[in-house]
Amino acid sequence: MTDTISEHADQSLHEGEALVEMKEVGKSYGAIRALRGVNLTVRAGEVTCVLGDNGAGKSTLIKIISGLHPHNEGTLKVDGREVHFSSPREALDHGIATVYQDLAVVALMEVWRNFFLGSEMTTSGIPLSALKVKDMKRIADEELRKMGIVVKDIDQPIGELSGGQRQCVAIARAVYFGARVLILDEPTAALGVKQSGVVLKYTAAARDAGLGVVFITHNPHHAYLVGDHFVILKLGQAVLDRRRSEVDLDQLTRQMAGGDELTELSHELQR
Amino acid sequence: MSQTSEKQALGAPAEDTNRVQLGFLNRALARPEIGALVAAIVIGIFFLVVAPPFRSAESLATVLYQSSTIGIVAVAVGMLMIGGEFDLSAGVMVTTAGLVNAIFSYQNNLNLWVGAALSLVVALAIGFLNGYLVMKTGIASFLITLGTFFVLQGVNLGVTKRVTGSVSTPNIDQMNGYSQLQKVFASTFQVGSVNVSITVVWWFLFVALASWVLLRTKVGNWIFAVGGNQASARAVGVPVMKVKIGLFMTVSFLAWFTGMHTLYRFNTIQAGNGVGNEFLYIIAAVVGGTLLTGGYGNAIGVAIGSFIFGMTSLCIVYAGWDPNWFRAFLGVMLLLAVLVNLYVKKLSTSRKVG
Repeated sequence: MTDTISEHADQSLHEGEALVEMKEVGKSYGAIRALRGVNLTVRAGEVTCVLGDNGAGKSTLIKIISGLHPHNEGTLKVDGREVHFSSPREALDHGIATVYQDLAVVALMEVWRNFFLGSEMTTSGIPLSALKVKDMKRIADEELRKMGIVVKDIDQPIGELSGGQRQCVAIARAVYFGARVLILDEPTAALGVKQSGVVLKYTAAARDAGLGVVFITHNPHHAYLVGDHFVILKLGQAVLDRRRSEVDLDQLTRQMAGGDELTELSHELQR
Repeated sequence: MSQTSEKQALGAPAEDTNRVQLGFLNRALARPEIGALVAAIVIGIFFLVVAPPFRSAESLATVLYQSSTIGIVAVAVGMLMIGGEFDLSAGVMVTTAGLVNAIFSYQNNLNLWVGAALSLVVALAIGFLNGYLVMKTGIASFLITLGTFFVLQGVNLGVTKRVTGSVSTPNIDQMNGYSQLQKVFASTFQVGSVNVSITVVWWFLFVALASWVLLRTKVGNWIFAVGGNQASARAVGVPVMKVKIGLFMTVSFLAWFTGMHTLYRFNTIQAGNGVGNEFLYIIAAVVGGTLLTGGYGNAIGVAIGSFIFGMTSLCIVYAGWDPNWFRAFLGVMLLLAVLVNLYVKKLSTSRKVG
């Protein structure tokens, strides 16, 4: 299946090339500063893990990259050029696709409709022209099969698939439509062990195909399995920013669990 | 690059084996219009038995006409509901459209086509405003259009009284353009010995078009998506705002169309008309299998829902019963439909692993 990802992935991607660069990026919602001074580089063929507790600014960060909310401090560069996204469509046009944990798919719609949502194939450019239903069903089924996701019936509502499979369909869809940067928002948070494994393998496959992956999670174990670079956010700021060689799982886990705060707390609670 | 390819038996093909193919009955039940179709057949047979006047082609034509008067707007309301929104102003908008045409043309002594065009612009503007306000403010469409509903209701009566001195418009059948417009919106034609209203043809046409749009076009895909999961639709690049405003404008366009029919059929419009019809549209859509919460339904179902409405409203009269029972009947139908919908939604969202 890695072959199919490579097949669709942008051939011009070079490993290590910076796809997205954030410099001193900040974002305020009214009087509240959700994010400040964050530096983050997403490189081709690498998984950048963004870790953090609830409210640490993870969501804000990905909303900026994926075009849902524009940033209001610092610079965001894609392929070396400064950008300011005002809609997810713009981000998608730059090859940045986001797979959200809970809103990845439309549950009541068929698998193939979900697969092509927003990038439908039509017979002509005229408004209200016919969808290429047969082609769309065939391609969706083939692509999913190649990637190891077997659906009994491509016509079944996607809500009938398991959570892990739904995530995988969303990832497969993003890759098929030429994503160069893949943002995964807590893809394993709602999944069991086995389903998480499926998603993690998939993440690794996307990385091996040369895509730049941003993996958002609050599970350091999952992050350490696939990550090349780790950023921990706390209260809107980066408290740790290291390459894989500079950090081990214990440090990550400790930082995630609260770091110095945890030490302090353990003193306070000592009996 | 591909070192992982050998060890990757991704996904879980094993799940293939523990998923069962649903039986034909279950799959049929999962279609939105099935409940309505069964109900229509049962009710039809019932009235054929108890209401002898119903057993004629003429009655069928009348029932179809009655259905079309609700069905044309109901199709648009159904699409809007699939898109996850409500429009409570659709009923009075029909009257507004007729009033604008009649009053503007009459007062300025202009060709009725000019009034009809202006009326279309006004209707589309109201639809746009409904959609724009819903999208910009994020307030539930139920509330926004409830506001529009009251505004239009008041304006309809206020303006008509002020301009004409009464609550109805003057007769327009001697004005320029009347005969053509009457042909388009309110003529009848012969099929054998039966008179069929042109609105029945328009109704079928709009249902067919809506069905095509919903199931076979990109826009249709987007309508289901914005109704089923708006955030997800936006994230994959669906222009949510355009789709929803377009849906509100579709409702107002077909409300205008029905307004034109009312005006050219009776040559005058009562300013207080249309109140309450917005609920009939919603009931037709829900009885036809449209989910109240959006993302599910189809045009044929809404048409069947409208047909049930038309059939019942007339057959209660054919059966010689007190017509007041009609409303009670509609209420029961609505409740049953909601129950069926709930069951259907469960059926299609739960994982059915054998």
